[in-house]
Amino acid sequence: MKPRVAFFDFASCEGCQLAVINLENELLDLVSHIDIVNFREAMTEASDDYDIAFIEGSVTREADIPRLKKIRENAKLVVPIGACACTGGVNFRKNFYELGEIRNYVYGESAKYFDTFATRPVKAVIPVDFEIPGCPINPKEFLSVVKSLLIGRKPEIPNHPVCVECKLAGNVCMYDKGEVCLGAVTRAGCGAWCPSNGSGCEGCRGLVDEPNKNSEKEVLTKAGLTVEDAVQKFRIFAGYFEEVKK
Amino acid sequence: MNINVHYVTRVEGHGNIVVDVKDGKVEKCIWEVIEAPRFFEGFIRGVHYKDVSEIVSRICGICSIGHTTASIRATEDAFGYKPTEQTLTLRKLLLDGETLQSHILHTYFLAAPDFLGAKSVFAIIPTHLEAAKMALRLKRIANDLCDLIGGRTIHPIREVVGGFTKLPTEKELRELKKTLETEALPLMDKTVDVFASLAPKIPNFVRETEFLGLVRDDEYAFYDGELGSTDAGRTDVHNYKSWTNEYVVPHSSAKWTKNKRESLAVGALARFNLNAKLLHPKAKAAAEKLGLKPINYNPFMNNIAQVVEAVHAVEDALIQIDKLLSKGIKDEKVDPMPLKECRGVGAVEVPRGILIHDYTYDKTGHIVQANCIIPTNQNCANIEYDMKKLVPEIMDKPQDEVQLMLEMLVRSYDPCISCSVHLVKVNFK
Repeated sequence: MKPRVAFFDFASCEGCQLAVINLENELLDLVSHIDIVNFREAMTEASDDYDIAFIEGSVTREADIPRLKKIRENAKLVVPIGACACTGGVNFRKNFYELGEIRNYVYGESAKYFDTFATRPVKAVIPVDFEIPGCPINPKEFLSVVKSLLIGRKPEIPNHPVCVECKLAGNVCMYDKGEVCLGAVTRAGCGAWCPSNGSGCEGCRGLVDEPNKNSEKEVLTKAGLTVEDAVQKFRIFAGYFEEVKK
Repeated sequence: MNINVHYVTRVEGHGNIVVDVKDGKVEKCIWEVIEAPRFFEGFIRGVHYKDVSEIVSRICGICSIGHTTASIRATEDAFGYKPTEQTLTLRKLLLDGETLQSHILHTYFLAAPDFLGAKSVFAIIPTHLEAAKMALRLKRIANDLCDLIGGRTIHPIREVVGGFTKLPTEKELRELKKTLETEALPLMDKTVDVFASLAPKIPNFVRETEFLGLVRDDEYAFYDGELGSTDAGRTDVHNYKSWTNEYVVPHSSAKWTKNKRESLAVGALARFNLNAKLLHPKAKAAAEKLGLKPINYNPFMNNIAQVVEAVHAVEDALIQIDKLLSKGIKDEKVDPMPLKECRGVGAVEVPRGILIHDYTYDKTGHIVQANCIIPTNQNCANIEYDMKKLVPEIMDKPQDEVQLMLEMLVRSYDPCISCSVHLVKVNFK
């Protein structure tokens, strides 16, 4: 029997689900190997009977918690996809402002109608089985995870920095071009997407385990960034990590 | 009759339809928006101009090129920077790609299943394999265009304030041109035929409203122009606030917009109604074949206007590519902005309508204030007023038919609720 797959979304831009829909060349093949039973962005039917739950988006309100717990109960495997779900993504930026102030700033008198709390990733609420990081996810990586799950193998998400993939891609180092790049401490798997397009890594996939903090600090200082600038840069996507919070 | 559609499907983001009819009288008829708020305008404060567009791009995955472009235009407007002609041409080309990919996605994958009595595109793939393959191919071509010019379709990388971080080669552009000519144009011809065959199934519903969008004298405006209205003429985009008056309705806390009437509409149909004369030739022919004439007040026809615009986008992309090739790609560097205290507005037509970003910068180049006016937000009031007119007209039909018709109405606006900047959760007790 084909595995039953569900997609769910929380606070996000829904770009990671779109990344799946954008797999035009592989989509027909993909749906021949899995049964998509829940995908609100693309279909009306919905089922609570599924094996794999892909979750996009951050947890930002009380009502999200029971919804997530239900998904955890129903699914054999829970796989958060994208920066919002894995590390809070740009939504985590909210946590660096005073919650009451930012609510009033955006919504004024209507702020009281909002149920919102500090942004957190999915794994802060329920146990998860794997994560596919990135903003947006790399569609190739998504396919490779699906393939692994189909054959019962543990999917592999790299634990080396983007620099490795960037070197392999033959790019000139962004620092040699006078640009700031977070690739030395950011988790690879994107194929050095941004540097290969002439732009420094923004750290959207989060930090590698045990990043080389001292050497990164040295590089950023050499590039002329103040500590404040550097922290701001990391807080675009990687504010969730302890190394950045401090 | 009691209709409560929790989470309308096949739209981006979360919205509910609530309708109560008692003794033949409509007691409640509401379009609820229940997206989790994300506070972009709040947490963009303090961000350096170089990082702004990539953060606000994340407002929406599907129109991320539009958000990036509006953001860049607001920042460049603030600093008084004029991009080069090559940059302008590349940006227009990139918007063509987004328009094409988004309209194909919506018309074929999200809207068409309704006209075929199906619940999702997955259900109709086996019976309409040829059309599904056509749609997938068109979408792939559009995404290849966006990948080539923007570096990535979802959250573009190359498009930044002051230019592009990497440029396409002339060889790549020639290949793209060939694909557009030999594949996309014929596929769009077939697409027009597909939707011409579905057009008789489009509900005949009319409600007069005001249409808002960018207008220019010399082209069907997407990238820039003045703010235009079918009721109020034209004004400079810097005056947008006096036209997109945000207000709070008594039964909800949602900020809606209105100008001359109780509601206004933006999007493909609005643009068509304002600018139809300036469509490229094949798009004009498509409109005629599909029976779309300005001014059209049937919101369900937005689907058809999207098909017409998809044809226009392919034609326009070819024009922009020819322009680039005739001048040759010049190796231009990204220009830095001259820092100063300043404010700027950027307005761009994205697939769902006019999108406006408005930023104020401090003298170090960091944002102190930001405001974003999102297309779907502008359409919210119009959707609800449409529902209020539609329900009495159809309430003698079976409940599931009424419900489907209301869902189709919402879907025809192609709402993108994830762009949740101002949208507010509404509670009805």
